[in-house]
Amino acid sequence: MTGWKPVIGMEVHAELETHSKMFSACPVVDSVTAPPNTAVDPVSLGLPGTLPVINLQAVEYAMMVGLALNCEIPPVNQFARKSYFYPDLPKGYQISQYDRPLCINGWLDVEVTPEGGEPYTKRVRIRRAHLEEDTGKLTHVAGGSLVDYNRAGVPLLEIVTEPDINSAAEAEAYARTLRSILQYLGVNSGDMSKGVLRVEPNISVMHPDDAEFRTRTEVKNLNSLRVLFRATEAEIERQIGLYESGGEVQQATLGWDENKNRLVVQRVKERADEYRYFPEPDLPILEISRAWVAEVSAKLPELPEAKRARFMDELGLNAYDARVLVMEQAVAHFYEAVLAAGANGKSAANWITGSLFSLMNANGFNREDIEKSKITAQQFAELVKLVDGGALNKGTAATVLNTMWETGADPARIVEEQGLAQVSDTGAIAEAVARVLAENESVVQDYLGGKEKLFGALMGQVMRAMAGKGDPQVIKQTLTDLLEARRG
Amino acid sequence: MTALTELTLSQALQQMREGALTSVALTQAYLDRIDQLDDTLHAYLTITRESALAAAKAADQARANGDDRPLLGVPLALKDIFSTRDVETTCGSKILQGYKPVFSATIVERLEAAGMVLLGKLNMDEFAMGSSTENSAYSITRNPWDAGRVPGGSSGGSAAAVSAGMAAGAFGTDTGGSIRQPGAMCGIAALKPSYGRVSRYGVVAFGSSLDCPGPMARTVTDVARLLQVVAGYDPLDSTSMTLDVPDYVAGLTGDIRGLRVGIPKEYFIEGIQPEVEQAVRMAITQFERLGAELIEISLPHTEYSLPTYYLIAPAEASANLARYDGIRFGPRQELGEMWPTYKATRGQGFGAEVKRRIMLGTYALSAGYYDAYYGKAQAVRTLIKRDFDKAFQDVDVIVTPTAPTTAFRIGENTADPLQMYLADIFTLPASLAGICGLNVPCGFDSEGLPIGLQILGAAFDEATVLRAGHAYEQATDWHSRRPML
Repeated sequence: MTGWKPVIGMEVHAELETHSKMFSACPVVDSVTAPPNTAVDPVSLGLPGTLPVINLQAVEYAMMVGLALNCEIPPVNQFARKSYFYPDLPKGYQISQYDRPLCINGWLDVEVTPEGGEPYTKRVRIRRAHLEEDTGKLTHVAGGSLVDYNRAGVPLLEIVTEPDINSAAEAEAYARTLRSILQYLGVNSGDMSKGVLRVEPNISVMHPDDAEFRTRTEVKNLNSLRVLFRATEAEIERQIGLYESGGEVQQATLGWDENKNRLVVQRVKERADEYRYFPEPDLPILEISRAWVAEVSAKLPELPEAKRARFMDELGLNAYDARVLVMEQAVAHFYEAVLAAGANGKSAANWITGSLFSLMNANGFNREDIEKSKITAQQFAELVKLVDGGALNKGTAATVLNTMWETGADPARIVEEQGLAQVSDTGAIAEAVARVLAENESVVQDYLGGKEKLFGALMGQVMRAMAGKGDPQVIKQTLTDLLEARRG
Repeated sequence: MTALTELTLSQALQQMREGALTSVALTQAYLDRIDQLDDTLHAYLTITRESALAAAKAADQARANGDDRPLLGVPLALKDIFSTRDVETTCGSKILQGYKPVFSATIVERLEAAGMVLLGKLNMDEFAMGSSTENSAYSITRNPWDAGRVPGGSSGGSAAAVSAGMAAGAFGTDTGGSIRQPGAMCGIAALKPSYGRVSRYGVVAFGSSLDCPGPMARTVTDVARLLQVVAGYDPLDSTSMTLDVPDYVAGLTGDIRGLRVGIPKEYFIEGIQPEVEQAVRMAITQFERLGAELIEISLPHTEYSLPTYYLIAPAEASANLARYDGIRFGPRQELGEMWPTYKATRGQGFGAEVKRRIMLGTYALSAGYYDAYYGKAQAVRTLIKRDFDKAFQDVDVIVTPTAPTTAFRIGENTADPLQMYLADIFTLPASLAGICGLNVPCGFDSEGLPIGLQILGAAFDEATVLRAGHAYEQATDWHSRRPML
């Protein structure tokens, strides 16, 4: 198995969340939940005589993505017809772009964290990104197939990389980074399970002796980043296995079977596809002025990479925390709301990436669902401030956070109702320390005799005696003072 | 012919405005005329009798209340290529049998807004592919001047209906000559507007970069009146132009003194029927008598128009006709599996000429052939367009025969597609260039068949073409002759 190098290019189809479809005023709806064929009009049904009109909002969204991916936006754009027959394609051709796409020659830097390896940055070149219209959806039922055209005509941006990706981890990192950008731009929810973002790796493997690429396969139906990773890894292994056992890879489209947890061959391609592209005569050439590009460029929001740099520079976060806080836009939103509510940046980062993420993991919450928990950013900020202000110690705070997760109550109220406020009163602490020392005379003797590790045990006894509410700093100081006093 | 259906559109409108005529009476007269003649002529595919009379009645009431919209109460008919809400729209094809659109074409909306009374839908070559209306899946329309002859095509039903007095005016579409050529063969005024002047939205597509809807009527004035209503930008058609629309009727001054008339030598070629050439030459001298200046010109790439057209139009058609799969509308030959169902639906739904053009176009767009065929054709198209651009620097209009022959006999050209294609040899170049062209009657051959004169104008200069046609019409009486029926 050694020596083989995976060569992967990615094709990503991202639906653009415009109000209306790519070529008509027909509204765009959630095609998973909306009743079938309720968001259709003569244009999206391809009725005879209907004509397309370009949705300029979709063009602008696509430009935003292109600019975020460091692409050139050529001044002359053209749509083309891509012909093939299928019942989910109303016109028998898809209006797409062929030799004059909207965005070309970009790149995206992605941070890759291989399993058991050091993180590194990989530059993935973007070959092109072009606009097209989505197809409808077929559902196979007993005795036939049903077609739903709600999705037909929804603006779709196809983003194609150069074959720069060399592992499943890189493929996943690329998709994760791209998804994050799409979310930050507000053009796509990133929900792979609903098919609004479809990530399709084109995979081949290369032997050190190879002068050119080998046959590649395309993997589809990947409904999460996790599945993308697993399917990519499985396909790389399958291809290497085939070659090592003297076999050949056939050009094919594969899909991930969710139930069987494995790849299945969907279609073997025996010859090149024949799409008979030609310029769409119903649409004039779309000229994109430099002024328009500049205008869109100026409107771009802060993107994950810039936000990460800012978190590190302005708030002093470490690289890891900064990355996990910006990767999901929802997390970044939450974090920034916590900051806005007055919490300290570093403390808030620690509490989110530590305790809150643990709670979310334990409860099956994805990172992007952070704002769906019962804890508001305002409440979370209050908790951080209680700890930073010395009113709660960390252990108690974790308990309070658990209660907040369960009930959604304000931290101050939980502290008050459960009497969890940290005790910093030196009198109460001195009393507790004296009692513990008196009750553990032998331990004290051992400590004084040189077993200094026993300090921790005594510390713990005092904490327990104070039901965890004592301020650890004050306890530590008092305990030290009283023990040293015993030395005489 | 009853008196009412002999009136031109403009005359009938004038009488309705003066209160001398009601739309109901006029509409009834046309319906009676259709009843009397259409069993022989087969111009109509659908007659919307009841809704026509209801619309006529409503128009009379509206007029009584002071309404004077430009076409209020005027009975018109439409080529069956225009989508009409709730009215069957077959495009002359079995594959659209029973199809009732849920929306109307923009020009239908505009005609209705102007007060039109719709008499019905008119026969045509299937998907507008043909020059004789013999390719209709439903019936063969007869030429009102000789029922043994074709009316031309593809808007043959429209031309025959106007010529025979079965509608005050009609609309057709012209992709390679389908308004002008039947206009010539039936002896009426018929205008192909410039590409982009009239919306294509709701017009069943044949060759998207060529299709032009346009008016057909008994006089140039009527044609101008109809164009006025439908011309202008449509936000639903991205290829329609935002240019201002001039007042076409007001521009019909009858004065063409100083008009520079180009005579292209490439249009007076061997194979043209001698009587046609003679009539057209006579017409040219008429222009001179009216004070126009005659200028010999050359349009050197004319001879490439036919092959260029027969690559571009079928290529576009091959994609445009892919939507007829029986899935969402139209009859389906249900065979259980997808591919057999597709093949049977399309195999049985399309006629021979449509299949021929789908195959031509599919071939021209195929990988490995695209550059040699479709790509080359687009390059030649540019040269043809430049010929006209150059010519219109020196002339205002160009005058040619509309068709090389008068109406041919039914069945005469059906065995030889190439011979049939030659019927459009003089109309194709203007289609490829996207400019406008008007047919006006300019004589009759020895068999009593009408001869057409084609007046071509620069893109979006319909006003000059109409002025020239109108002036010629005023000076001659060819247009006022009607077939004996």
